[in-house]
Amino acid sequence: MISPNLRIAFRFLTAKKRAMVMSLACTILGVGLFIVTQATTSGFERFFTKTILGINGAIRIEDKIQDTMRSMSAAGGGDSHFARRDGVKYIEGIEEPQALIEALRDFPNIRGVSAVVRGGVQVTSAFKTEDAQVFGIKLEDHVRVSDLAEQITSGQLEDFRQTPTGALVGRVLADRLQLSVGDSFVLSSRGSSRRLRVAAVYETGYREVDKTNVYLHQAEARSLLKRPSGATFLQIGLDDPDRAPADAIRMEQVLRHSVKPWQEREKTWLAVFRALRISTMITVSVFTLIASLAMFNTLAMIVLEKTKDIAILRSMGYERRDVTRIFLWQAGIVLAVGAGAGAVLGATVTWLVSQVPLPVNGIFKTDRFIVTWDAYHYVGAILTAVVMVMIASLIPARRAARLEPGDIVRGTAQ
Amino acid sequence: MHVLKGVSFEARRGQVYAIVGPSGCGKSTLLYLLGLLDRPDGGEIEINGRLMSNHDDVARTAARGEHIGFVFQFHFLMLEFTALENVMMPMRKLNRLAPAAMRERAHALLDSVGLGAKTHRLGTQLSGGEQQRVAIARALANQPTILLADEPTGNLDVRNSNLVFDLLTRLAKENGQAVVLVTHNPEIAQRCDVTRPMRDGLFV
Repeated sequence: MISPNLRIAFRFLTAKKRAMVMSLACTILGVGLFIVTQATTSGFERFFTKTILGINGAIRIEDKIQDTMRSMSAAGGGDSHFARRDGVKYIEGIEEPQALIEALRDFPNIRGVSAVVRGGVQVTSAFKTEDAQVFGIKLEDHVRVSDLAEQITSGQLEDFRQTPTGALVGRVLADRLQLSVGDSFVLSSRGSSRRLRVAAVYETGYREVDKTNVYLHQAEARSLLKRPSGATFLQIGLDDPDRAPADAIRMEQVLRHSVKPWQEREKTWLAVFRALRISTMITVSVFTLIASLAMFNTLAMIVLEKTKDIAILRSMGYERRDVTRIFLWQAGIVLAVGAGAGAVLGATVTWLVSQVPLPVNGIFKTDRFIVTWDAYHYVGAILTAVVMVMIASLIPARRAARLEPGDIVRGTAQ
Repeated sequence: MHVLKGVSFEARRGQVYAIVGPSGCGKSTLLYLLGLLDRPDGGEIEINGRLMSNHDDVARTAARGEHIGFVFQFHFLMLEFTALENVMMPMRKLNRLAPAAMRERAHALLDSVGLGAKTHRLGTQLSGGEQQRVAIARALANQPTILLADEPTGNLDVRNSNLVFDLLTRLAKENGQAVVLVTHNPEIAQRCDVTRPMRDGLFV
């Protein structure tokens, strides 16, 4: 059975059709807009994050931490050199990657580890020469910590796997050098050079990567860069990339190497996205505020017009809390309908936005506007509307409850 | 300022009382105090032998719903609701009857005030006299101990005034309820069982 308070609330509300429609429209717009802005803002941010994780992994372990004079001398000569940062000394590179990989087996969140040898090279094709970075990888390890397998746009990863002199070349670099799959080119570094073949062309969407990174089998890279042992860095993939900062702290303590989570590596871009998110949240908050003001206005008007009805209700045994509930129910009805319709509006507009052609290439590559479908956006939008509208409704509801029936009947109510 | 001074008033079941007097003499104040709509600065109000004047708002509100029926001068129907829904409103709050029984009783009460054919009309679709008859039916809905009426005929023509008064007294007497009405109409006052004239906050 419908409660008498809800029945009265519904009738009061529907009697003020124009005001109710206005409140409802504002609530629908507030909820819908909240969802759309969250979906679009976080869509680009998540796509960027996915791109970054797909290239560089969640964590990168690089330079060794040097904390005593003894260990400094133990580092010896060679290519290693010392750097000072935040009062800590580092030795560039990783001397014993296998030992670190063994130690990393104790970390449960790790999905895979890839030891990478990196070095600057010149790439010469029949057309021209470009500077580039060679990344010597063990393919099976690296595909576990990156999206390299999904980033191949021409050629086959299998060709690379089976060709010791094969190379994976970025789309931008390949275009600049006019290289296609099967073409040969020369890599030069430190006075030596090697002829290699394009096994496949990849595209991450991150222009700087696609312009400079060339992936080789690690043995080829070691030979070219004259680095028979060690690694430049370890790239780590995590099951839960959001836990990267916490994992990085523990790894640094255990491994005594500089460990950088992706959140620290990409903090500049993440700060840009955060600023964008805050800016859209401010816009959305203004809309939600307008929705709550519309509700406040509607209820305040109903309280003014229904003082006699409130007196009747109070005279026939309705308590102050019943009067409060009658007005809160009105807000609740608007919220329920507004949240439902707002969610539908938000989902519809989000889908429409996702169909908008929007070619982006730079920090990621997409042809369409990117949106995220996340239930939390809907929950967040509805919760925000509930909080704002209920706070706005509480004032007129309590004012209605405070009215003295005797004063109303005598016509002396304030 | 004291509106009422040393007033003592007792109403018995089945009796109709008229409180008369010039405007501002304290008639309505007394009625609203008896109806527990106002709280007295001093003195005591008992309903069915229970002291109610010192109770908190919740208890006084509950007592209003259970023991007191109100009829006001300006009908005070809830205009978005039908006649039937208006009469069912106090019953729904008290929740003593099943929904079907509430509906049946509301129909019976509207029949008894001659509006059996207009139960589904909104308040706005009823004449002044009809609205007041619905208000009487509503006041009787929870079978109150006492019926308080503030100028119930004050806004009606002579024919409707007589009709409303007759209804009020007949139904109250049939149900053994005390009726206290405030009126300026001497003819109505004369037809009551007891008339209590007031002046300057005192019974005279």
